[in-house]
Amino acid sequence: MTSSQSHRLTSGGLIDRSAPLNFRFDGKTFSGFQGDTLASALIANGVKLVGRSFKYHRPRGILTAGSEEPNALVELRTGARREPNTKATTAELYEGLEATSQNRWPSLRHDVMSVNQLFAPIFVAGFYYKTFMWPAKFWEAIYEPAIRRAAGLGRAAGVADPDHYDKAWAHCDVLIAGSGPAGLAAALAAGRSGARVILCEEDFSLGGRLLSDGGTIDGLPAAEWLLRTLAELEAMPDVRIMARTTLFGVYDGGTYGAIERVNDHLPSPPEHQVRQRLWRIVARRCVVAAGAIERPIVFVGNDTPGVMMASAMRTYVARYAATPAKRMALFTNNEDGWRTVETALSAGLQIAAVIDARPDVSPAHRSLASKGGFPVLHGSVSSVDGGKDGVRKIAVSLTGGARAEVEADGLAVSGGWNPAVGLTSYHRGRPKWLDNIAAFVPDGAPPGMVAVGAANGAFGLGACLADGFAAGGAAAHDTGNSGKAGAAPVAEDEAFSLTPLWHVAGKGKAFVDYQHDVTASDIELAQREGFESVEHLKRYTTLGMATDQGKTSNVAGLAIMAAVTGRSIPETGTTIYRPPYVPVAIGAFAGHHRDETFHATRLTPSHHWAAEQGAVFVDTGLWKRAQWYPRAGEKDWLESVTREVKAVRGGVGFCDVSTLGKIDVHGPDAGAFLDRVYINTFSNLAVGKARYGLMLREDGIVYDDGTTSRLAEDHYFLTTTTAKAGLVMQHLEFCRQVLFPELDVQLTSVSDQWAQFSIAGPKTRDLLKEIVDPAEDLSNDGFPFMGAREVRLRGGIKARLFRISFSGEMAFEISVPARFGEAMARNLMLAGAPLGVTPYGTEALGVMRVEKGHIAGPELSGTTTAADLGLGKIMSTKKDFIGRVMAGREALVAPNRQVVVGIKPVDKARRLRSGAHIIPKGQTPGPGNDQGYVTSVCFSPTLSQWIGLGLVERGRERIGEIVHAHDPLRGEDYDVELCNPVFYDPDGGRQRG
Amino acid sequence: MRIVCPFCGERELGEFTYLGDAKPVRPAAGASEDEVFDYVYLRDNVAGETSEYWYHGGGCRSWLKVARNTLTHEISSVEPAAGAGARQPAK
Ligand SMILES: [Zn+2]
Repeated sequence: MTSSQSHRLTSGGLIDRSAPLNFRFDGKTFSGFQGDTLASALIANGVKLVGRSFKYHRPRGILTAGSEEPNALVELRTGARREPNTKATTAELYEGLEATSQNRWPSLRHDVMSVNQLFAPIFVAGFYYKTFMWPAKFWEAIYEPAIRRAAGLGRAAGVADPDHYDKAWAHCDVLIAGSGPAGLAAALAAGRSGARVILCEEDFSLGGRLLSDGGTIDGLPAAEWLLRTLAELEAMPDVRIMARTTLFGVYDGGTYGAIERVNDHLPSPPEHQVRQRLWRIVARRCVVAAGAIERPIVFVGNDTPGVMMASAMRTYVARYAATPAKRMALFTNNEDGWRTVETALSAGLQIAAVIDARPDVSPAHRSLASKGGFPVLHGSVSSVDGGKDGVRKIAVSLTGGARAEVEADGLAVSGGWNPAVGLTSYHRGRPKWLDNIAAFVPDGAPPGMVAVGAANGAFGLGACLADGFAAGGAAAHDTGNSGKAGAAPVAEDEAFSLTPLWHVAGKGKAFVDYQHDVTASDIELAQREGFESVEHLKRYTTLGMATDQGKTSNVAGLAIMAAVTGRSIPETGTTIYRPPYVPVAIGAFAGHHRDETFHATRLTPSHHWAAEQGAVFVDTGLWKRAQWYPRAGEKDWLESVTREVKAVRGGVGFCDVSTLGKIDVHGPDAGAFLDRVYINTFSNLAVGKARYGLMLREDGIVYDDGTTSRLAEDHYFLTTTTAKAGLVMQHLEFCRQVLFPELDVQLTSVSDQWAQFSIAGPKTRDLLKEIVDPAEDLSNDGFPFMGAREVRLRGGIKARLFRISFSGEMAFEISVPARFGEAMARNLMLAGAPLGVTPYGTEALGVMRVEKGHIAGPELSGTTTAADLGLGKIMSTKKDFIGRVMAGREALVAPNRQVVVGIKPVDKARRLRSGAHIIPKGQTPGPGNDQGYVTSVCFSPTLSQWIGLGLVERGRERIGEIVHAHDPLRGEDYDVELCNPVFYDPDGGRQRG
Repeated sequence: MRIVCPFCGERELGEFTYLGDAKPVRPAAGASEDEVFDYVYLRDNVAGETSEYWYHGGGCRSWLKVARNTLTHEISSVEPAAGAGARQPAK
C-alpha cells in the first residue's frame, strides 16, 4: 500500500485537492483531502480490506457511503478518545486521524480467528441457545470468555472521556430531517412562508443525493441550484440549518431528539468547546425527508471486499473522485442501478458487464452498453470469487440456465431502495408495502409529522421537489405562517422499473446481515425450527440487532422468511422500529451531568465557615454536611467524634441542621389540616409550643417525622427530615389541593429561607445569653422544654427559637434568616469560646440520637408502623388522618412484629455492625428463624462501648434476653443483649433541666 | 412529552412528577377497611383514556388532573385539582 492515492481521479468531486490531509490506518500512513470521509480516503488509496466480521472473522470491505454502513467499522482515535464501532463511511477525515481495524488478531490480513469459519456449524442461528447450554458451569468459565474473545466489535477506551458534551433545547414551527432535494424544497416553502424552520442534515455537506447524482433543477445543473437554494435559505433569519446533525428519535408532544457532532471532524474539540451536543427540539410540524437506503441482493460471496452498493460506488466516484474499482461489474434488478454505470463511464472507468435481473433493458442502456463495449447479461450473480484483496471473478446464472463468468475488481449491487421509515415508525407505526417499488413506505406518522420524497417512496427528482415543497408549505400554513411560498422547484422524474429479487440461492455463505454475520441459511434454519414470526426471527438469528439496526438487511431477511414460509412480504410483516436511528454516545445523553456536576450541590449556610474549620463533609442527598471537625493530633474519625460528643454532653456544642425541610403552614384551618396529615393532634397545640409529629402514608406505614411549632393562632412551622423535605412538601400540597380543598390553608416551603442550628449541652443557656437579647427570658419557666417562639437577638435580628432536643441534653434550635447563617456560626464560636464551645457534625449528632434511642432514617425504613417505632401511643383515635384505616390492618398490628429495641454486645469490647441479623440463641441461622436486624450502631463515648438499635420480633417484650447476631456479609457471629433503646438519661431529666 | 399547565402554559415533562390514577376518591372518615383498601390499592389497567395526577413541582406547585390516552400518549385535557392555584377571596 502506498500513500499515492492510486485510486483517486485527477479531477472532479467535492474534495479540496489544495488541502491534503495525512492519516493513519492500522499504523500505515496515507493521505487524503479535505472533504473526504475515512472510507473515501481509504478507497482513494486502494484499500479494500477494512475489517473482520463479527462471528466468522471474514474479510470485509466498505459496503455503503452513509450511516447505514454495516461493515466498515473502526476504532477511531487513540487513548482516552478511542471510539469503537465508528463508521468509516461517516467519519470525516482530518489531519492526523488515526483509525484501527477491529475484531482481528494479530493483524487484519492474518487473522487467526478466521478459523471460526471452520466451526461455522456451531455459529448458526440460535447458537447462543443451543451450543453452550451444558454443563451449566462451563458457560461462565469457558464458553462465554471464549466467545467474547472470538466474536465482538471494537474496544471501548477504558478510561474517562476527556471531552465535554452539551444538551440544548430548540423550538420551531417546522422541523425538517434531511437536506436532499425534498428537504431543501420543504425548507424553501416553509421559510418563504415565514415559518421558524430547523433543518437537520446528518452529513457534513448539504444536498443529499444531489451531491452524487446531479440532475437538472429549474433548468440549472443540480450543483448550481444547490448553491442558489442554500444562499436563499441562509439569508432567511428564521431558518436554521444544522449540518452534522442526525434526527434520531421522536417523542410525545412534538419533541425530537437530535445529535449534533459539533467537533467530531477535528482531532479534538477546541478549548471550551463541546465534542457533541444533544438537542431536544420541540417542533409543531416535522417533515421527514430522510431519503431511502439502497438494499443489497443476497448471493454467495456477497460480502467479498469490493462488492458495494451501486449508489455508494457512484458516490465515491462522483463526490469523492475515488474509484473503488477500475473495472467494475453491476448487478441490478432495477433502472436506478444503471446510473452507476453512467457515472463510471463518464469518469473514464471500465465496465466489465452489467448483470440485470429484469427481462428487459431500455434501448438507451443497450446503446450505452454497445458504446462502452460491455455485455449486458440477463440473469443473476450466483457467486463471487475473491478474498482479502477483493473481487476477482463473478459467476453469473443466465436466464434460461446457462452460466457465464465475468472478470472484474469490483461489483456494484442494486436490489432497489427502502425508504427510511424509522422516524415515522417510532411510535409503533407499521409501514405498508407498495408493490410497484417492492418496498415498505410509512403508513401514517406520529402527530404533526409527514414523510416526503424518497422517504415516502417517491424516488424521482421531480416528485421529491414537488412533494417536499408542498409539505413544507402546508406545515408553515398549519402553524400560522401565511407568507407567499412562490413557485416550487421543477425537475423531471427519472424512469424507475424494478423486478424484485432478494436472494440468489447457491452453495456457500450468502449474507443478509453483514454486521451480525446472519446468512440466508440461518433464516431458513430459524423457519425450520419454528421461529417464523419476525420478532422471533430477529431474536433467534440476531438479524438487525447490531449497531446498524439492520438498515441494509431487515427487508431482505423478511423477504427470505416470506419465501420459505410461502407468505407474502407484507403478510410476514416488520419488527417494531425503535430509536435511536444512529448510535448516540451515552456521554451526549449525560451532557454536563457528570463528575462534580453530576447533580446540583446544596451547601448549608455555614458551609464556608465549616470548611475553614477543616470539617470533613458527607454527601446527604444533594447536600454537603459537616460530618466531623478533626483536630490536630486526632488519629481517626472515631477520636474526633468521641471528643465532639463528650464536649456536648459535658459543656456545649452546636451543629448546622439547616438541611431539615421547613414549611410554613398558614391559615384559619392550619391546625385542622395538620390533624389530618399527622397521626397526632396539632389543633390543640398551644401558641408558643412545639410538638413532635409522625406522618403515615395512606397504606399505614410511617412516612416522615419532625417537630411542628405553633407560632401564632393561624401559623404553624413544620420541619421534615432532610431526605424527605421535597417529597413531604409535595405530599402536603396533594393533601391540601386534592384531598382537602375545603380547608383554608396555605403551604410555603421555607427550607432555604432559614439557617437552623442545634445548640446542645448543659451550658447551652450560658451561650444563648450571649446571642439573644437580654430582654428575652430563657429560664426554665420563661422558656420551658418544648417551647417555641420568635425572639430578638442582640443587634435586633429576629430569630425563631425552639426548645427541642435530639441529643437528650438541655438544647435549643435557633433559626435565623439564611443570609445570617454563616455569621451565626462565627458568633457562636466567638461567644462560646470561654465556655469551650465545640462545633459537631452529623456523626456526633447520630451518636447522641442512638444513645438517646431516637429513630432516624434506618428505622423509618418504609416498612415500619408507628407502633414498631414505639410511637403507637401518640396515634390519635379521635380523628381521621392519612393512613389511619390501613394502619389498623391485621398484619400491621400483629403482636409478633419487629419493633425498635436497644442492642448491646455481650462482650463489651466488641464492635457492633448494622445489618447483622438477629437469631434466637442456640439456633442455626436461616430464613426460618430470622427475627430482625441491627438498624443503627455507634460507639457510645458515654457508655464506652458499641451500642445499637434494631428491629426485632417482639423486641419490647424481650428486654434482657441474650440473642445471636449473625452477619454473613462480614462473616461475624456473636451474642448481643436486647435492651431499652434509651441508653442515656432514660427519664429525660437532662433535656428538661 | 409536554403538559399544558393551566397556570404556567405548555411545559416540558421534566417539570412534572407523576403520581397515578386520579379516579379513586378518598373515602370519608368512618369508611370501612375494605373501602379504604380499594382506594389505596385497586387500580384499573386502562388501555385508552385515563385520568392521572401530575404535580407541577418545577413550576407553580399545582396538582393537575391530566386526561391522557395510554395507547397514543395523547393528552386531551389538563385541569387544576380542586384546591390548586391561589385561593379565591370570599365573595
Ligand atoms: Zn404550573
